[in-house]
Amino acid sequence: MSALLEIRGLTAHYGDFQALFGVDLTLGTGETLAIIGANGAGKTTLMRAITGIASVTAGTVTLDGARIDPLSAPDILRAGISMVPEGRKLFPSLSVEENLMIGAHARKGCGFWNIERVCELFPVLAERRHQPSTSLSGGQQQMVSIGRALMSNPSVLLCDELSLGLAPVIIREIYAAFPTIRESGTAIIVVEQDIGQALKVADTVHCMMEGRITLSGRPDELSREAIHDAYFGIAHS
Amino acid sequence: MIWLDTLIQGLLLGGLYALFAAGLSLVFGIMRLVNLAHGDLIVLGAYLILGIGTALGLNPFVAALIALPVMFLLGWLLQTVLLNRVLGDDILPPLLVTFGLSVVIQNALLEQFSADSRKLPVGPIEADSITFGTLNVGVMPLITFASAILVILCLNWIFYRTALGRAFRATSDDAVTAQLMGIRPRRVFALATGIALVVATIAALYLGARANFDPSIGPARLLYAFEAVIIGGLGSLWGTLIGGLVIGVAQAFGAALNPEWQILAGHIAFVLILLVRPRGLFPRAYD
Repeated sequence: MSALLEIRGLTAHYGDFQALFGVDLTLGTGETLAIIGANGAGKTTLMRAITGIASVTAGTVTLDGARIDPLSAPDILRAGISMVPEGRKLFPSLSVEENLMIGAHARKGCGFWNIERVCELFPVLAERRHQPSTSLSGGQQQMVSIGRALMSNPSVLLCDELSLGLAPVIIREIYAAFPTIRESGTAIIVVEQDIGQALKVADTVHCMMEGRITLSGRPDELSREAIHDAYFGIAHS
Repeated sequence: MIWLDTLIQGLLLGGLYALFAAGLSLVFGIMRLVNLAHGDLIVLGAYLILGIGTALGLNPFVAALIALPVMFLLGWLLQTVLLNRVLGDDILPPLLVTFGLSVVIQNALLEQFSADSRKLPVGPIEADSITFGTLNVGVMPLITFASAILVILCLNWIFYRTALGRAFRATSDDAVTAQLMGIRPRRVFALATGIALVVATIAALYLGARANFDPSIGPARLLYAFEAVIIGGLGSLWGTLIGGLVIGVAQAFGAALNPEWQILAGHIAFVLILLVRPRGLFPRAYD
């Protein structure tokens, strides 16, 4: 599997506070990669650094061999990385359809994803297309947020805490869309606190703790105990 | 019948106030910036139309067509070079900067054009009127009112029917997430200020055609505009039109009772509406 996204020695700060310590990651074409970790592990900071929202203080991010870490967030989107932010972050003054349309604001034209395809992926959105986005349930809002990110036809989709605040049945419904997204040629990085869900969808799992990757491997290679220990930072002598 | 006449004159005057306010409302709605130099930029627009008209021997309506793109460019540059640098979580720096800009514009105009009152020579149309039964309605106030409706319709079309409008609203909702959609907030803000100054130039045309102007009258225009925006509900364009009409009607009835009460009556209407509806008549539901 060739490397699509390569992160080397990524370091990020919030003022004097260092949030990431030389993170290394590789995402292959068509791969799904999960990053798990407790609150404050640096998962969201890593997503924000990749997308240019948080500034990178050291290290490199390359997409298809081209460095993207010096670019601004809008240019990184244009390069092909799109994000489903934590908390959905829909635009309240825009309808469901307008929220989807704004996803294609910078990357119009051909590509697998358009409003009709998003509505096929999440049929409930077709019924609610003209409603205010604020009138949707949390799960439906998450679907809009995923659809909005797909509308730019990204080569890499970053999903930050998709399951946050959602009922298990809705979480399963949302993750059921992942195979279709992968088939469209989009590689995925999913950040999750829900370990079980992350292990189900990922080809590779990385566990983060205090801004560092502490465990990496394929889900079938990693024992539950090792993941549990890395997640909670339990060291064995 | 005199009350009906007063009402109509008030509504027509309100159209001018709505034009003063529309640009302010647009800028506030998108970037939460209260541009304290807005009134002075309107006056600057009036002088620009006067200057172009005088230099090229053009009617002010034609001169305004040349002034519109110039003012758009000025707004774009103003936002890009100056205001984008001070926009942030703290609302004080942009207030101070636009206040300073107001002082600079007034003094520059004073230096260039002196304190003498000027007027845009629009020709015989200035005194023309149309008779409806026993009512006489001035053509210029009627054109001003129609222009205000047209401007609000155009701004609403841009806001709710175009990709630029979606970008305006998305950036206004959440500038950080808007960047994740490929939107560049600073460019969006620059376009918004450019459009606001186009509207300010239209307001300037009617300001200069209907009354005398001099470099010092900007702050009073800002006050009327600000009151119209607040009455209508911050960020609501149709609300801004209604706000302008409320002030215009209040001033007309105030003047009918006693000419000295004209300005005061507008301010009293503003205060009364704020007492009853502190967020204005048409506030945005999600603010």
